[in-house]
Amino acid sequence: MADGKGRMAYGSDDTPESERSERAISHQANDESLGNGIMVPIHYHLMLSAVLFTIGALGVLLRRNTIVIFMSVELMLNAVNLSFVALARQWGSMDGQLIVFFVMAVAAAEAAVGLAIILMVFRNRETVNADELNLMRW
Amino acid sequence: MILPEVNWAAVMPSVILTVVGITVLCWELWMKEQDRKYLAWLSLAGVAGAALFSYTLWGRNESAFNGMLALDAYALFFNLIICLATGMTVLMSRHYVENNELPAGEYYALLLFAAVGMMLMAAATDLIVIFLGLETMSMAVYVLTGIRRQNVKANEAALKYFLLGAFASGFFLYGVALVYGVTGSVKLGEVATYISTHFSDGAGSPMLLAGMVLLIVGFGFKVAAAPFHAWAPDVYEGAPTTITAFMAVGVKAAAFASFVRVFLLSFGALHGQWEAILWALAVLTMIVGNLTALVQDNIKRMLAYSSIAHAGYLLVAMVAGGELGGAALMYYLVAYGLMNLGAFAIVVAVGKKGEPNEEFNDYAGLGFRYPGLAMMMTIFMLSLTGIPPLVGFTGKFYVFSAAVKAGYIWLAVIGVLNSVVSAYYYIRVVVTMYMQEGEKQVEPLSTRPALATAIVAATVGTIMVGVLPAKPMALARHSFASLQKPAQTASSTPKKDQAATSTPTATAPSKTPHH
Amino acid sequence: MEHAHAAATAAVHTVTYLRWIVFLPLIGVLFNLFVAPRTGRRGVNLVAPGVILGAFLVALTAFFDLKELAPGSALVDSVYPWITAGELHIDFALRVDALSAVMILIVTGVGFLIHVYSTGYMAHDEDFARFFTYLNLFTASMLLLVLGENLALLFVGWEGVGLCSYLLIGFWYTDPEKAKAGNKAFIVNRIGDAGFLLGMFLLFWTLGEQGIWTLSFSEIQTNIDKLAVMPSVITAICLLLFVGATGKSAQIPLFVWLPDAMAGPTPVSALIHAATMVTAGIYMMARLHFLYTLSPDALSIIAWVGAATAFFAATIGFAQTDIKKVLAYSTVSQLGYMVLGVGVGAYGAGVFHLMTHAFFKALLFLGAGSVIHGMHEEQDIRKMGGLLKRMPITGWTFLIGCVAIAGVPGLSGHYSKDLILEEAYGKSILLYVVGTVGAGMTAFYMFRLFFVTFWKETRASHEMTHHIHESPWTMTLPLVILAGLSIIGGWHFVFPVSQWLEPIFGGHHPHVPAIIQFMPTVMGFLGIALAYMMYGRKANPAEGMEEPLDAWHKGALHKWYIDEMYDAVIVRPMTALADGLWKVIDVKVIDATVNDTAQVTGIFGGALRLWQTGNVQNYAMSFLIGAMAIFGLGYYLW
Repeated sequence: MADGKGRMAYGSDDTPESERSERAISHQANDESLGNGIMVPIHYHLMLSAVLFTIGALGVLLRRNTIVIFMSVELMLNAVNLSFVALARQWGSMDGQLIVFFVMAVAAAEAAVGLAIILMVFRNRETVNADELNLMRW
Repeated sequence: MILPEVNWAAVMPSVILTVVGITVLCWELWMKEQDRKYLAWLSLAGVAGAALFSYTLWGRNESAFNGMLALDAYALFFNLIICLATGMTVLMSRHYVENNELPAGEYYALLLFAAVGMMLMAAATDLIVIFLGLETMSMAVYVLTGIRRQNVKANEAALKYFLLGAFASGFFLYGVALVYGVTGSVKLGEVATYISTHFSDGAGSPMLLAGMVLLIVGFGFKVAAAPFHAWAPDVYEGAPTTITAFMAVGVKAAAFASFVRVFLLSFGALHGQWEAILWALAVLTMIVGNLTALVQDNIKRMLAYSSIAHAGYLLVAMVAGGELGGAALMYYLVAYGLMNLGAFAIVVAVGKKGEPNEEFNDYAGLGFRYPGLAMMMTIFMLSLTGIPPLVGFTGKFYVFSAAVKAGYIWLAVIGVLNSVVSAYYYIRVVVTMYMQEGEKQVEPLSTRPALATAIVAATVGTIMVGVLPAKPMALARHSFASLQKPAQTASSTPKKDQAATSTPTATAPSKTPHH
Repeated sequence: MEHAHAAATAAVHTVTYLRWIVFLPLIGVLFNLFVAPRTGRRGVNLVAPGVILGAFLVALTAFFDLKELAPGSALVDSVYPWITAGELHIDFALRVDALSAVMILIVTGVGFLIHVYSTGYMAHDEDFARFFTYLNLFTASMLLLVLGENLALLFVGWEGVGLCSYLLIGFWYTDPEKAKAGNKAFIVNRIGDAGFLLGMFLLFWTLGEQGIWTLSFSEIQTNIDKLAVMPSVITAICLLLFVGATGKSAQIPLFVWLPDAMAGPTPVSALIHAATMVTAGIYMMARLHFLYTLSPDALSIIAWVGAATAFFAATIGFAQTDIKKVLAYSTVSQLGYMVLGVGVGAYGAGVFHLMTHAFFKALLFLGAGSVIHGMHEEQDIRKMGGLLKRMPITGWTFLIGCVAIAGVPGLSGHYSKDLILEEAYGKSILLYVVGTVGAGMTAFYMFRLFFVTFWKETRASHEMTHHIHESPWTMTLPLVILAGLSIIGGWHFVFPVSQWLEPIFGGHHPHVPAIIQFMPTVMGFLGIALAYMMYGRKANPAEGMEEPLDAWHKGALHKWYIDEMYDAVIVRPMTALADGLWKVIDVKVIDATVNDTAQVTGIFGGALRLWQTGNVQNYAMSFLIGAMAIFGLGYYLW
């Protein structure tokens, strides 16, 4: 958990990076599989995706800064994207890959709205720490 | 070679709302301060146009956009519910926006965009379109929640809603991915076909079931079912009251629309797998909602918990399934919409900028100073309690008799006991209004025509739909039946029907009482 | 069973005018809500009783139409199909048969008199329009309750009357005590309603399992054979519905709300808490008699609850000094007799007593209201006395009411109560004994009330005495009419109720020895005589009522031997018992239970509230845990 937390702060930044590289690997693997039968099994992709998703979820639970929490959410979405791409490859259908574009668009819109909201909170409260934002409860 | 099949009729109500929304947004730029009220009327006209268009489409049962959307009575019925919620919200907002100095253009435009998202959700027969509709709706509502920018409660509510909403979207999307992984498609019809051919025993595979659970979690969040309800009270409290009403009715209706469509259509064959989960969710939701509502002192917050409890009753209808359960759910959504919109409209009427008047104490003595307003509030509270012959009673009657008929006798018993408990906190409002002296002389806005229209309309609806429930129920049945016979997946229809109607009576009663 | 079938298969005549019995009072409601502010008091005074009179006339028409038909027939008015759900069709249908005919006549007849009385009683109240709105709404709901052709409609009326009762108890909101009383009535009745609803669903489901989805009384009755094979289920249904009846009809243990309900205006106590609403439970059981007959176990429980209530409430009546409280406990006690009647299978006798009780108890309450009105809101009988001279009409009619409730032959109460007791004897001698002793106690405390309030000289302050006056004619006329009804209501040749109801319930009269027949009457006279000796004979009947135990003691030396006996054997134990029971059971046990229930649910609510920490991450955590739990549940299930 501790290292998940530690990794998180940097992890979210290079998520698109890692995701891209993962996709590249999977393409490569599949291209090769056409020729000589070597491929990265689908499970690997799915496991990686699940791990990333879990890291994202833990980040949401453990980080205090709402911006980082939001980045963790983005990590979760991108983890799912990874699954989609891998599964699309598995099924040989374009659907999954198209979905990824939609999800990315949604994530971008979410980022715009989310950062605006966080900014607004910061202006009024001068904090974006999740544990200091509990005016309403019980 | 394959050209996309475009069926504009299916999206026409949404297109109308979008165009009107954009017009509202742009028009505000050129408009004088005092002309802002026309924005409300324009939005209302747009909503009315969308509702009328939906009405003229009635009777068509087609699929559109390559099977991504359905144009069926089910979607149109929800279109009407959404138009009702949006229209009433616009009426309530007319003076609220002015009084609270909210940015009118953005406000109405976002309201209409959210309605577009809801309509997409109700009509979507593709998991990704559902996701897009959900996000369209949610993002507009996130912003609306925080539209009172200077209000710290509103800020906080928006932030909480946004973070948790995005978190829940992640789960939903993961669910979609897993279902896609198993079935190779995100189209509801194709998923259903795959499941009924490959899992004809109704058992499913671990990955499919995991996907299904994640979808339940995602939808459970949007409908505010316990244990995914925690956001609801805070967000409902912090949001502008008009938006709270919109969320409580519109968002819930849209989420239930696609929840039911996905689970009865795609996962109908797995009914035996998810009914126990929804059974537990329904019970937990009813209990948590009702018990927590008992100890609230803020009326908005109390109504928030009450709407959680009502999500529980709706889940009961969903578990009951079959034509009766589905129709009961749709009828109950109408009922819930009418009485809740009315109740929130009164909260709007009693509040003012800088003086929200949302505590129980603020309602003390209202019955004597504003007898008409208090009488209508009493009607809404009684209807929410389920006192006949108001619409809340008829709705609960349908829901619980559907549950009883499907053999979920314990679910009905728990539901009945819960609605008995709920009486305490609803009646508390009535007691406060009629039997306590107010220290504060609250001056309602109720004389404003738009708001008064909304309140009176909700009152009339609450009474009339309760006294004459046959027509709306027949409509709901008809609409739900259209869901059972989707145009594009004729082959899977008979199997689905069996799953939805025979499973609950045959296997469920033996299963549920044991745990 | 034979008779039950006769009722179901007898001719059913379709009419279309029954709806007006319900609609007319509703028109009154609308008038009071929307037009009254323009017309003022005069309009309300005319319309509010007028619509009830109209309903009464329609009810009379229905009654005479029904009389023309063969016994066991019914008139049905299907207004429109109300709820349709699959094979279940619930019509908004009203039905008049022998039983509901009696009920609508009572509700509209007594209701009309009480409306007229109220125009006088509320003459100085600012909120008269609101008052009559509730009163008309109440009458409409009550009529719907008795006319409804199915359980769902009955429930509509059931909730409606409860709501109006609740609103009327809290009518004078300014007094927090009164608002609290309204709350208590509501909470207790909700407990009852839960039982009622569960019973209704169980019945619905059990019949549905046999392929019959219905809530209609006649259809349930035709298909009752299908249920007969499941005696335990029937018992459960009967008892659950009976829980509803204990709430509405103020039986042990849910009777506590009724005495508190006296906080409402007195005409309300007369109409709702004596003559009509509280009898809804008895009506409901009589309506479902074909069901109850199938469950002897449930019936014997009901009989014992009824007898115990009749006796227990009577003991409490001994110790009360508030004129309305005495009448309230007496109502609880009389309702106990009706429930006893139902419990021993004598539905006809129960309904008969319901009717006579409606007459004399409405009379007594209205009389009390007249006294309170004349005494300027004084309710303590120790501060009254000698009112017979100052308020002669009120006083004499009150006396007639007391004589009627005491069971003196010739007046209505005698016939109905004796009938119940005779039937009870047919079931169990013990029930009969409890009931008969209770009858004597009833006579005693009612005459104690009469003597202390009306006899000898007044104890009111001088200034007060000066102001005491007889009430206006709008108040005394209903008293006179009700007094007349209290006398003749039981006479066989005027209206043979038991015979009239026979086609519905069937008739079987146990042969009882003469001594058994006479005993209740003897007890009644004994009670009156005792009350006369204890109170009426004294110069100051209220003497020593401040501290009952001590004063009895002091007076004992100069009294007859019977005084001492009475003191030692009856009064002391009774007063102590009454005091003790009232304090311990009513206040401590039942009040505390009601409060605790609310508190316990509140505590759960409070605990669940902790879920809501306000911290978004905790919410996310609970979300995640919830998701995990579902996976866990899935793992367990699949």
